[in-house]
Amino acid sequence: MRDSYRPVRPSALTATPSHATRDRIPAAPDRRYITDPPDIRPGWNPYTRIGNTALVATRTPPRSPDRSAAPPPDLRPHSRSGIDFQEITVAYHGAVVLDRFTLSVAPGEVVALLGPSGSGKTTALRTVAGFTTPASGRVYIGGRDVTALPPYERGIGMVVQQYALFPHMRVDQNVAFGLKARKVTRRDIPGRVSEALELTGMASFAARYPRELSGGQQQRVAIARALAIRPDVLLLDEPLSALDARLRSDMLTELARLHRELPDLSVLYVTHDQIEALTLADRIAVMKDARLVDCGTPQQLYRRPGDTFTASFVGDANLLPVTVEAGGGPHDTPVRLDGTPLRATAPTPLPTGSTATLCIRPHLLRIVRATDAANLLRGTVAHVQWRGATHRLLVDLPAGRRITADLTEPQVPVGPGDPVTLGFDAEDAILLGALPDGADRVPAPGGADG
Amino acid sequence: MASAALGAMPTRPRRTRVLRPGVWILPPLAALGFAFLYPLALVALQSFSPDDGGHSVEPWRQVLASAAFRNALWNTVWIASGATAGCVVLGFFLALVIAFVPFPGARALGRFIDTFLAFPSFLIALALVFIYGSAGMANSLLTGLTGSHGTPIAFLATPWGVLLAEVTYFTPFVMRPLLAAFSQVETAQIETASSLGARPWRIVHQVILPEALPSLAAGGSLALVMCLNEFGIVLFTGAKGVTTLPTLVYSRAILQSDYPAACVIAMVNVLLSVALYGVYRLCLRGRHRRGGSRAGA
Repeated sequence: MRDSYRPVRPSALTATPSHATRDRIPAAPDRRYITDPPDIRPGWNPYTRIGNTALVATRTPPRSPDRSAAPPPDLRPHSRSGIDFQEITVAYHGAVVLDRFTLSVAPGEVVALLGPSGSGKTTALRTVAGFTTPASGRVYIGGRDVTALPPYERGIGMVVQQYALFPHMRVDQNVAFGLKARKVTRRDIPGRVSEALELTGMASFAARYPRELSGGQQQRVAIARALAIRPDVLLLDEPLSALDARLRSDMLTELARLHRELPDLSVLYVTHDQIEALTLADRIAVMKDARLVDCGTPQQLYRRPGDTFTASFVGDANLLPVTVEAGGGPHDTPVRLDGTPLRATAPTPLPTGSTATLCIRPHLLRIVRATDAANLLRGTVAHVQWRGATHRLLVDLPAGRRITADLTEPQVPVGPGDPVTLGFDAEDAILLGALPDGADRVPAPGGADG
Repeated sequence: MASAALGAMPTRPRRTRVLRPGVWILPPLAALGFAFLYPLALVALQSFSPDDGGHSVEPWRQVLASAAFRNALWNTVWIASGATAGCVVLGFFLALVIAFVPFPGARALGRFIDTFLAFPSFLIALALVFIYGSAGMANSLLTGLTGSHGTPIAFLATPWGVLLAEVTYFTPFVMRPLLAAFSQVETAQIETASSLGARPWRIVHQVILPEALPSLAAGGSLALVMCLNEFGIVLFTGAKGVTTLPTLVYSRAILQSDYPAACVIAMVNVLLSVALYGVYRLCLRGRHRRGGSRAGA
């Protein structure tokens, strides 16, 4: 008997941080973590339902005007998808590449694993896919322990950076490959292939070979191929990295649309690109040195980063070492930067006299003329970079620090050597408990660009 | 100043001599004609020149009518076909293991295959004599165990011995291009196929094999042509009653001094090789027409 289609959105789930973030991220009321323990039901096997053609659905995906005559593609995954990593450790030749990684991806949720190269994000994805065997820990898909299962029994769809289309097969044959492998009845395969190609807008390219398609089209086919098998979870391993900036932007929109049309599909999205993560993900898991260092919604991580690494990797940030002073409240904490008194927001109480890091996003700085206002930083313009919609000012502060300000068209043009006063609101300046790496040197705004 | 002087000098446009494209073809064509086509033409001419003078098809008629020729032709074709089939199956399997199944020493094994290609064919036949010959290791072991005085293993002097030796010797010729083709198969394709639900056998025959098919065909056709023309192995195994076209050519030309007959048999051998190569090219062309592989010949 098939489970009924039960959309579960992450917003319906309350918060319990995973071990890696539990201690670090307290009391953020809107931070969404998954509390449901893995629903491990003996004998439950999602693959028994793969060949079914009629799915119970409670939500009709939106139709685009030009497709109003066609029936909506029915590629929704079965309920109870979702991924649970439990204390996963992976080591190669004694080197730990994933260290006690615990994370839950709820059914229907998109979680982006964001981190620099070598941070372990691809290893985490490959562990779900079954291509990497963990030294310890368990992986659950849809509540089923899949740690010991071979990849072909896990029921996942996977899209990789290089597309990995089979060059000797036409587009429709590529999409049908997984259906044949899963012994879908011959009669159902053409319909399922058409649905997947319709969904990705590639129906008119069904008879072409991969070499006759552009990079973006090939990636759409790869996504159609992954979705055709109606996977419980979709793994995307830097799927847009091989595309140029314009195509990447278009594909981001397409992926967002796909997720709206497949609201129950759990997606694990590996990327080093903060824009992709911020655009697509319901939550972002930030990884560094084989560990999960922070996890939260894009807004939380951007506006209230948990630590200096997250602050610098999720968006650009000015990270300045300050000393906490007495008085004030959590939203008006007095601090001192090289003798300059400032006020900032402290998500967690910090002891008086302690050293902390002040995080200010470059676009939240502005040029001010008043001299008696609070939160002013006086300095000299070192460089001005015109970036089309914004001007990026690199400003040298008296103590030898340099900060970055992204300004829309300044009222008074400024150039290198001009004195300038930058102001910001206390609510936009976040106090982080730890010092940034190399805090005594010049902070590195825009560290997430790479 | 010097530059000014140079600048003032009238520049005369240099005349570039452009050779017609046909001129470039002439040297290699001449070399090919002198080294290969001319001797071949002499052999073809000799096959129509009976010993009693003049030109006729009599040598062809006599050779084609002889039972020895038909027997040699049959032996050549079936041994070559069987050995090629063995090489293709064994080579594909071994190359698959070396390329996709990680094990210590896989790289060294690949290097050994490269070295193996340089070995002379009779070396393999000689090695098989040491193993399976009447006084070889296998027979010594069996007679020691059973106490019999006969030769338990006596297939080396039969066509099967030739077949075994040819499979052993020519399999690396199939493996080499296959290993090169397998190295071009993206790991991501295999992993994606696996994630889509394909088991290893399906991945092999639906993903890996189609992409490696041109290389398999190239290696197989190379093995087939070499098996057709193999001389050393047949001679060294000393197979009784196993006469192939190359050994028949040797017998007629060197032992019987019947050059017209030897030339006829040689021409048949050449035509057989060319025909098989033509079939191979036709197969490849058909595959490309169907939009097949990216790695065509």
